[in-house]
Amino acid sequence: MSDETTPATTIDPLDWDYAPSVESTPVDIPAEQGLWIGGEMVAPVSDAGFDSINPATEETLGVLAEADEADVDRAVGVARDAYDDVWGSMPGKERSKYLFRLARLLQERAREFAVLETLDGGKPIREARDFDLPMAAAHFFYYAGWADKLDYAFPGADPKPLGVAGQVIPWNFPMLMLAWKVAPALAAGNTVVLKPAETTSLTALEFARLSAEAGLPEGVLNVITGAGATGAALVTHDDVDKVAFTGSTAVGKRIQEAIAGTGKRVTLELGGKAAHIVFDDAPLDQAIEGVVNGIFFNQGHVCCAGSRLLVQESIHDVFVEKLKERLELLRVGNPLDKNTDIGAINSAAQLDRIKALVAEGETAGGERWQPACDLPEQGFWFPPTLFLGVAQSHRIAQEEIFGPVLSIMTFRTPEEAIEKANNTPYGLSAGVWTNKGSRILWMADRLEAGVVWANTYNQFDPASPFGGYKESGFGREGGRHGLLPYLGGVA
Amino acid sequence: MSRLDVRKTYKLYIGGAFPRSESGRVLPATDADGEVLARVAHGSRKDLRDAVVAARGAQSGWAGRTAYNRGQVLYRIAEMVEDRRGTFVEQLGADGRDEADAEAEVDASIDRIVWYAGWADKFAQVLGNLNPVAGPYFNISAPEASGVVGVVAPGEPPLLGLVSTLLPVLVPGNTAVVVASERWPLTAVTFTEALATADVPGGVVNLLTGQPAELLPFLASHMDVNGLDISGADPGLVTAAQQAAAGNVKRVLADPPDHWATAESPYRIAQFTETKTVWHPKGK
Repeated sequence: MSDETTPATTIDPLDWDYAPSVESTPVDIPAEQGLWIGGEMVAPVSDAGFDSINPATEETLGVLAEADEADVDRAVGVARDAYDDVWGSMPGKERSKYLFRLARLLQERAREFAVLETLDGGKPIREARDFDLPMAAAHFFYYAGWADKLDYAFPGADPKPLGVAGQVIPWNFPMLMLAWKVAPALAAGNTVVLKPAETTSLTALEFARLSAEAGLPEGVLNVITGAGATGAALVTHDDVDKVAFTGSTAVGKRIQEAIAGTGKRVTLELGGKAAHIVFDDAPLDQAIEGVVNGIFFNQGHVCCAGSRLLVQESIHDVFVEKLKERLELLRVGNPLDKNTDIGAINSAAQLDRIKALVAEGETAGGERWQPACDLPEQGFWFPPTLFLGVAQSHRIAQEEIFGPVLSIMTFRTPEEAIEKANNTPYGLSAGVWTNKGSRILWMADRLEAGVVWANTYNQFDPASPFGGYKESGFGREGGRHGLLPYLGGVA
Repeated sequence: MSRLDVRKTYKLYIGGAFPRSESGRVLPATDADGEVLARVAHGSRKDLRDAVVAARGAQSGWAGRTAYNRGQVLYRIAEMVEDRRGTFVEQLGADGRDEADAEAEVDASIDRIVWYAGWADKFAQVLGNLNPVAGPYFNISAPEASGVVGVVAPGEPPLLGLVSTLLPVLVPGNTAVVVASERWPLTAVTFTEALATADVPGGVVNLLTGQPAELLPFLASHMDVNGLDISGADPGLVTAAQQAAAGNVKRVLADPPDHWATAESPYRIAQFTETKTVWHPKGK
């Protein structure tokens, strides 16, 4: 309706910014939660607890139990009984149907879980909703179908479950890491004691309740909360047959050392410092999107993040200009806002680590660049960051920062790109951008990395194995290969 | 006065719709004592051709879906059959068996659907592989769907036999034209009603009731059908169908299993796939 008699004097200058589009939060978070052992929430023996906070606001979301050795012992005992009495001997077809139920229930309640994931971990709701949860459900769906087909997965091997799996997962993709661990373990016939990261335990506890809704027999899945000491008690427990850990290389090494001589099977999915290699014949605008996704997805809290950009020298300047233009458009802020590209850093400790490494990068001679960017007052935040003029020897070129920080280097020949890309103790992933198919395959043959993405980045699928070379760990998660670490009779 | 029940008309299933036979013919479906339970459409050559057209039309779309999606749709069939288990148990009991036996066939059928659903995103991982050729080449072989496959469902067991022949055809992305059991057609029609509510796209499965002896020669000689599973067909029909299948080099599966109860295998899926091998040079 127009009113021609009133001059439009009160209209502000046009604001082309996005209006907030904040997801509602229809989730109930219990004020206090225990440990999920034997199909129910129980109070910890330890009587100790800690706060789970929202990293975007620093508000407390609830109090969680800190499991000690006695709690771990109890959980492992229950898991052992469930293995001996029910799960280990259950026909594959029946196990399969339980896993399909978990997949279907998770699909049904995906939105609720996504909101919880964002509140607890700080990741953009768009990513939790469109990536973490659908992919987690897909993993259960995929491994559900393997539970009754193990003889076809490894013909001639007579595969059997191992027993009790002790699993420790990180805080960057809480539900997805849970799915990567729990789905193949259960499909293979093992029972599980899972310890989520102390900063992101809420979805794992909610999933535990969901498992009861699915009718999963008691004790097959147990979730215990706590920090490093809890995880250490779990992986070193005498009655744990299989250890699966995703996290830092430093902790992975300690676990490998601690369980030496025990006969426990172990898989480690550790850190990375992936090279993202862009040749001069690459489709540059697509490569820009790939590089941005590679390092800024999930605030850079990604073990396979493309944190080292190796760009061919002839296109360095134009590529960096395009990259800066693109970074100016990234939106940092409220993770619950559907327009947000970069959410909150997961914890104060992680923010400190990022800041320290960035400061060190400047001291070493790297040139820091950040877009103009307003950060919220409360919570933990770090702007998207580029480092130019980085040398191979700089710590920001060697160490995993696990934050939204990209170190940029150059190369001239494919051989030099390989030399530089492999110049790291890590070997989790790599990216290659070029229009030349034969070169992609030539590069893939020479890159020391468990996953090579060509003209794309950060692609994941339950059917596709994931895992590292060298100090990025061993064992694979996903695909047919992801069953191997959970089966006896195959090694 | 007791309420008069409403009876179901048993129709064909073509292109996602439930038409009567264009021929206007019907056949009686009887129980073990010869008592007429209902009449089913007596599918004709023209119905069969319509079904092949529908199957061909749906094939690229079905094969073009992600394997994950096909797996979910096939799993959904199991959900829909479970939901109708009472109807299936009742219809299977028409042959005079006891209820526990009918229940067991429904259980086995549902579990078999789930089993094959799980293969959708896995069979290529078992049947395909990287080939270590002696040269600087990337070389990979993977199975693809053959196209439209004709299926003659076994006479017995009515539901488990249908599921055991149809599901492996669907897994890799084939579409199917099924000729139902002549003796026990009612469960087959009820099964199509489950399919229609299971997110299975129209045309992916088409089912004709009628007489296999009449329909099979047309199915086996149809030039737009790529494969034929006649392991459930009357042995007397097999040789002629194999001969007719040669007209366009159909892939024919004509090996009746010892027992349909154990007839589940990824190699049934492999029967109606084409292995495609791709070479690509490697070089900087």
